[in-house]
Amino acid sequence: MKQVASRDDRAYRYTTAIVAAAIVLLVLGIGFELTRQSTLAIQKFGFGFWKGRVWDPVSGEFGALPFIWGTLYSSILALLIATPVSLGIAVFINEVSPRFLRQPLTYLTELLAAIPSIVYGLWGVFVLIPIVRKLEMLRPEWLKNSPFLSGPPLGVGMGAAALILAVMVIPFSSAVAREILKGVPMNQREAAYALGATRWEAIRVALGYGRVGIIGAVMLGFGRALGETMAVTMVIGNNPQLSASLAAPQYTMAAVIANEFTEAADELYLHALIEIGLVLFVITIIINALSRFLIWSMSQRAVAPAPRPVVATNEAAVV
Amino acid sequence: MTFRQIKSNVIVALCGGAVVAALVPLAMILFYVISHGAAALNWAFFTQLPKPVGELGGGMANAIAGTLILISIAAAIAVPVGVVSGIHLAEYGGTPLATAVRFAADVLNGVPSIVIGIFAYGLVVLPVHRFSALAGGFALAIMMLPIVTRTTEELLRLVPSGLREGALALGATRTRAMFTVILPAALPGILTGILVAIARIAGETAPLLFTAFNNRFWSVSLGQPIASLTVQIFTYAISPYDDWHRQAWAGAFVLVSMILVLSIVARLVTRNLERMNRGS
Repeated sequence: MKQVASRDDRAYRYTTAIVAAAIVLLVLGIGFELTRQSTLAIQKFGFGFWKGRVWDPVSGEFGALPFIWGTLYSSILALLIATPVSLGIAVFINEVSPRFLRQPLTYLTELLAAIPSIVYGLWGVFVLIPIVRKLEMLRPEWLKNSPFLSGPPLGVGMGAAALILAVMVIPFSSAVAREILKGVPMNQREAAYALGATRWEAIRVALGYGRVGIIGAVMLGFGRALGETMAVTMVIGNNPQLSASLAAPQYTMAAVIANEFTEAADELYLHALIEIGLVLFVITIIINALSRFLIWSMSQRAVAPAPRPVVATNEAAVV
Repeated sequence: MTFRQIKSNVIVALCGGAVVAALVPLAMILFYVISHGAAALNWAFFTQLPKPVGELGGGMANAIAGTLILISIAAAIAVPVGVVSGIHLAEYGGTPLATAVRFAADVLNGVPSIVIGIFAYGLVVLPVHRFSALAGGFALAIMMLPIVTRTTEELLRLVPSGLREGALALGATRTRAMFTVILPAALPGILTGILVAIARIAGETAPLLFTAFNNRFWSVSLGQPIASLTVQIFTYAISPYDDWHRQAWAGAFVLVSMILVLSIVARLVTRNLERMNRGS
């Protein structure tokens, strides 16, 4: 049937379209504005900006490598902790938990996402860091010399940051993983049970079926971790250095912007900080787009489940 | 029991352990916020301005007012834009523009808040060379916008199509059908979405650091720097003074209570809506 549009409706359509288009313009505007505000640094340092190890605003030397390192390292460590925990939560709530516990447990894990970053930071400074410091003092001698745990027992540093990030990421990853598991057709599990699978083996079949979406869930958490600012700023120690040690104070991209933005006296300094923001913007867009694509492709498959032969064996690795 | 069964039980138990592992930090954080925060709360906290360094006491009256003002500015910008955008997405969802808007909203949702702060700085602070409440509210509005847009779209789609068809059959234009029939039907849900969005931005600190900045004095002027609970907590937390640490916990307590109340209200409304939709 052909739509007969009155003049009134045309105005309605176009006015709302203009307002909606503002959201697209906003995203483009952010990209444009960040590029415009960082041209000085981009022109002056070029790609060398990302290879430089020295960040010394006083002498005008700006190398962003320690921040990239700190952001990636802390986020990856956080994922290493958060991924198994998130999957465990999703599996427990969806497959194991008695029905009456599902709703409350879901709500409680979601509560972790409601707590503001600054409160995580406050808790990190006054509760987590003293605990980490005590643990660091308990290190035996040989551990103090290992590259992953060397350094004085400050408490602040990469380890504390990764822990806090992991807790902050868990609600996001586990929520998506739960949705994905919910979308896995029951017959997948039933087929596994019919073949004599144990409970875990059936769960593994379900996880295997949803692995694309679960990778998406993990990446969504990664995107969150990369951009997380306040809590990390407060516990990571804010020292731009390349170190593999969990005990070493380090720095992240978001943290350096938060700490130094209002102190950036000259324009080059400010542009260097905004360039870091620009790269953070681009990276998070890519990660988020990718993760949404994976989750979306999973939901497409859940609508029309293709019958796949799934065999549960002890040897098959879970990806 | 075979090895496989033992392995299965162990792993299932570990999944339960994962839930505990996530709930322990939650419990710890809530415990410290409540015990430290409630202990530090007093009447002065709500009524007085921050005292100068070295003097005990004082409060965060200006920061509480500031947070409320910032949220109001953000909502005043994000709610109309978001609801109208959501209406467009619900009505004309299949166009390339709609796809682009949805993608942009999702992108915006994932942009780190600190980056949004830089954008607001460049757009609102830099031209007038002054930090302002307006700039802070603008930054928060950008964070709120994608949530309001997407919930509006989803909730409008949930309105039974019979309502729309009835309105159209009676000769209403699409505009009229939307604003007199569909939107009112979806309104409670949309309000819930707005509450959720407010709960999310109320706890934001990073985008305010160099937009709203901070202010130790009473200020409700939109063109001036303004204090907020979150930035104040940050300033106090990294300071070396015990009395300021105490107040930071009190601030965290007020902030978390605000956010929890908002989320719980939103949750209750959603539950009632679901019940209504089921028709019981």
